Amino acid sequence: MIVGQSIDRQDGRRKVLGQAKYAAEASADGMAHAILVQSTVAAGTISGIDTSKARAMPGVLEILTPDNADKLNLKQGARQPVTFPLLQGNEVLYSGQHVAVVVAETLQQAQAAAAKVSVRYRAGEAVTIMDAVLSQAYEPKKFDNGRSKPDTKVGDPDAAMQGAAAMVDATYITPIEHHNPMELHVAIAQWNGDRLTVRTATQAISGAQETLATLFDIPKENVTVICPFVGGGFGCKGNTWPHVALTAMAARKVNRPVKLEVTRQQMFTSNGYRARTVQKLKLAADSDGKLLAIRHDGLSQTSQPSTGEFAETVGVESRMLYACANIATTHRLVSVNQGLPTFMRAPGEASGNFALESAMDELAVALSMDPVELRLRNYAEFDPTSGRPFASKGLRACYRQGAEAFNWSRRTPPPGSMRDGRVLIGMGMATSTYPTNRMAASALVRMMANGDVLVRSGTQDLGTGTYTTMAQVAADVLGVPVERVRVELGDSRFPPAPVSGGSMTSASVLPAVQQAAFQVRDKLLALTGWNASGDLRLDNGVVRGPDRQMSVGDAMARGGVPSVEATANTKPSPDADKYTRHAFGAQFAEVRIDADLRTIKVSRWVGAFDCGKVISAKTARSQLIGGIVFGIGMALMEETRVDPEFGRIVNANIAEYHMPVNADIPDIQTIVVESPDTISTPLGLKGIGELPTVGVAAAIANAVWHATGTRVRELPIRLDKLLV
Amino acid sequence: MQTFELIAPGAAWRDGDAFIAGGTDLLQLMKNEVVAPRRLVDLSDALSHDIVATDANLELGALCGMNQTAMHDGVKKQWPAISQALLSAASPQIRNMGTIGGNLLQRTRCGYFRDVGFPCNKRQPGAGCPAIRGDNRELAIFGGSAQCIATHPSDLPVALMAFDAELELTAPGGKTRRVPIAGFYRPPGDTPDIETVLLPGEMIVKVHVQSSAAARNSCYVKVRDRTSFAFALVSAAVGLDIANHQIRDARVALGGVAPMPWRLTHVEDALRGKPATAEAFAAAAACAGDGAKGAGGNDFKAELARRTVLRGLHTVAERENL
Repeated sequence: MIVGQSIDRQDGRRKVLGQAKYAAEASADGMAHAILVQSTVAAGTISGIDTSKARAMPGVLEILTPDNADKLNLKQGARQPVTFPLLQGNEVLYSGQHVAVVVAETLQQAQAAAAKVSVRYRAGEAVTIMDAVLSQAYEPKKFDNGRSKPDTKVGDPDAAMQGAAAMVDATYITPIEHHNPMELHVAIAQWNGDRLTVRTATQAISGAQETLATLFDIPKENVTVICPFVGGGFGCKGNTWPHVALTAMAARKVNRPVKLEVTRQQMFTSNGYRARTVQKLKLAADSDGKLLAIRHDGLSQTSQPSTGEFAETVGVESRMLYACANIATTHRLVSVNQGLPTFMRAPGEASGNFALESAMDELAVALSMDPVELRLRNYAEFDPTSGRPFASKGLRACYRQGAEAFNWSRRTPPPGSMRDGRVLIGMGMATSTYPTNRMAASALVRMMANGDVLVRSGTQDLGTGTYTTMAQVAADVLGVPVERVRVELGDSRFPPAPVSGGSMTSASVLPAVQQAAFQVRDKLLALTGWNASGDLRLDNGVVRGPDRQMSVGDAMARGGVPSVEATANTKPSPDADKYTRHAFGAQFAEVRIDADLRTIKVSRWVGAFDCGKVISAKTARSQLIGGIVFGIGMALMEETRVDPEFGRIVNANIAEYHMPVNADIPDIQTIVVESPDTISTPLGLKGIGELPTVGVAAAIANAVWHATGTRVRELPIRLDKLLV
Repeated sequence: MQTFELIAPGAAWRDGDAFIAGGTDLLQLMKNEVVAPRRLVDLSDALSHDIVATDANLELGALCGMNQTAMHDGVKKQWPAISQALLSAASPQIRNMGTIGGNLLQRTRCGYFRDVGFPCNKRQPGAGCPAIRGDNRELAIFGGSAQCIATHPSDLPVALMAFDAELELTAPGGKTRRVPIAGFYRPPGDTPDIETVLLPGEMIVKVHVQSSAAARNSCYVKVRDRTSFAFALVSAAVGLDIANHQIRDARVALGGVAPMPWRLTHVEDALRGKPATAEAFAAAAACAGDGAKGAGGNDFKAELARRTVLRGLHTVAERENL
């Protein structure tokens, strides 16, 4: 079995050698270059755009504005989530909104001309900061992809809090964050009559295909979207953002292929962000630490309603994580003049978990109870809100193995009690969880006469290991070394697969690969003409029975076919909805804080994760440590800052928007607790793209409290919050 | 970015010309349309890359690389704060490209200055400054004006300020003058667009630093939001000349707190002649935030300055005791 083993990623060598060509590296004959022009006011209308100076500059081919932009079909596509800003009107709803596109012969000419486009505005009244208008919060119409309602309630939390031995009642705040993948957003669009080909950086070629077909009102088959490699997405490449359609619009206008790359600064207003949240948490427990009530009221920022809606599902975890008879959650939105937020690695869960797991730590302090013990005493054996059983749950083992590897028992409870000279040492922990999502997907598997295998699916590899896991699954079924499997993905002409979001690529695509491979195997065995197919197996290009063998080439020749292939379409089992299907984990953090300067250094990390059956041990480990690093950035550094007067982002660059560098990251120990979930998929896997980010911020906040006695309830935790 | 012409030095200086050395800052500013020079005067072959370190003084050519200077044995031995300041800056790649002269002239990292979507008095005098009443966590607590509280972002000048460096400047036509670094940067006042005393076409050609016991016994402490590749919230260059447990001389300058490297002469005065004790250090460092004028988000810098100076004093004194 190659599934489960630690092998090098299939695309690694190509990436290291620069042979993996990303979308921006493609070119086309006669390709022109486009640059976005964005608004500098946060509200109002465009009263005029003077393009005369820019048009007179060398190489300029066209300038798209709301005055001359093609009218797009914004009506029909029910699944088309982002329809603003597409230059369809003069309304300005946020600073950094697309207002024009300059197309020129060269990139440099487009850049120079873009700076000379002069836009006049009738400025309107802008709401720049969410916190000023919390009283205007409203209930979201779209929530949790339709899986649950914004408000839930079991039991009577308010009544159950009366007479509790210990209570926590606190507000937690998470800031706006941006994904900032290394690869910028880009599109290269080319028309051939009414057929459109787009190379773009996306987590969803199927979504891009559907979105573009809808906007340009052409059949879906006329749109080809290509994306063989993604240089990081983290959620910001899940939607098809307006720059893609604007590139196609520009290409049609100039009747040439057009390339448009979003600049790093524009990446802060062109492709969503993690919304700011303000969350009120109330926990009540009896003297044994048993939770009597949980109340989680979440407010999250969104754009103006006309741009669509996005709600951070901060409370969904509080509904299912701990055994409790009285749980209430609510979710409300607050509109500001910013762009539409979007999914960012563990959307909802990462922000909501910071509040819930910080509050659990505060409750442990109030009870004078060990934080791990508090969680064990409230271990949920079933989902307390839905009443459903868990499809699988290895969380108890995560707590135990994580605590042991971390040496949690060495922790002395009083804050500030562990020191190393002028360094304060803090230890904190938090629970992690993330749902096991899956959608319908399809894949093609073909075995050639020489025994080589091709696997194809219209999915994406975000750098997560999709190429590798697809090859592993096919290799095992077809009995070939993994090196003989070639995987092709990232092309909308391949069998369709869903968005690579919600940690569901493996759970969705691998069952299709496995199913197609089973069919290929069965067809091959049938071609031998031998009867005892139960005794036959495939072994590196040879069909072997107990007393005979035949090469797959001979079998194909016998059947008169050059190769054998099958396409499988798979979808989640209808039984899946009878269970709460989640991955789990326990995060353990040690911080070292300079007692004087208050600089915070994460010095040790242990994360123990129940992520079902692991397909590829090496890329799984990469996912786990990458997710933890992502969480460390969330905890200590990441914050998009908005000027309160102009509503414009002040640190729209990656010098001032801080993410961790190598020097910020300690050795990270990851432990995998395999608790296969065969309800969700026959392979038993659970998605792990987002799970390891959840819990990191709370574990660090809890460790910071343990080191200093200061409870920081607003991210990021920077040294000035500890100077008081 | 606007188009420009790349020319060799020697042509008559024109309005709209700019020098380019390592380009690590200028190219960012050009890409962001903060500046749009018509001609770039390429200095790469025109100025000295030489480091001359004697027992008496240090002479750095303006084109010395940041890494090259930081790793120089003489600099490390006789001016450790200079070496440490350089090594604490940016990333290895940027330090390989960045030059000494260019680092002294790095523009502020104020986000309002670097985004032409905001008004900014430094880019356009009289346009207004939303930063003072806006997002000001990183901005100055000393030396600002009602027009501008942007900070100077570089680390090297902080160390140079502590040791009274002199800058050798050459004007078009070859006229040379020496300016003490304390007189090189201009306070923003009503003209935050004019940051130094450099005349049009005049350039830094060399940096001179005297050696001293305080310079030999010095350090650079940088406090920032991440461990590497971040500008200082507060930094301090500290040097002490200690003999027989008495402080004969003290040098203290701060970075990240003012429009220029900020010398703390009152802290130095409080140390000079005192015994080198924890009490004396604490008393002197306690004054490091005196006179600070916070704008709200940056108020913490005054306290952080005290602690950073104190850390610097202890670091230097402990090394002296070894």
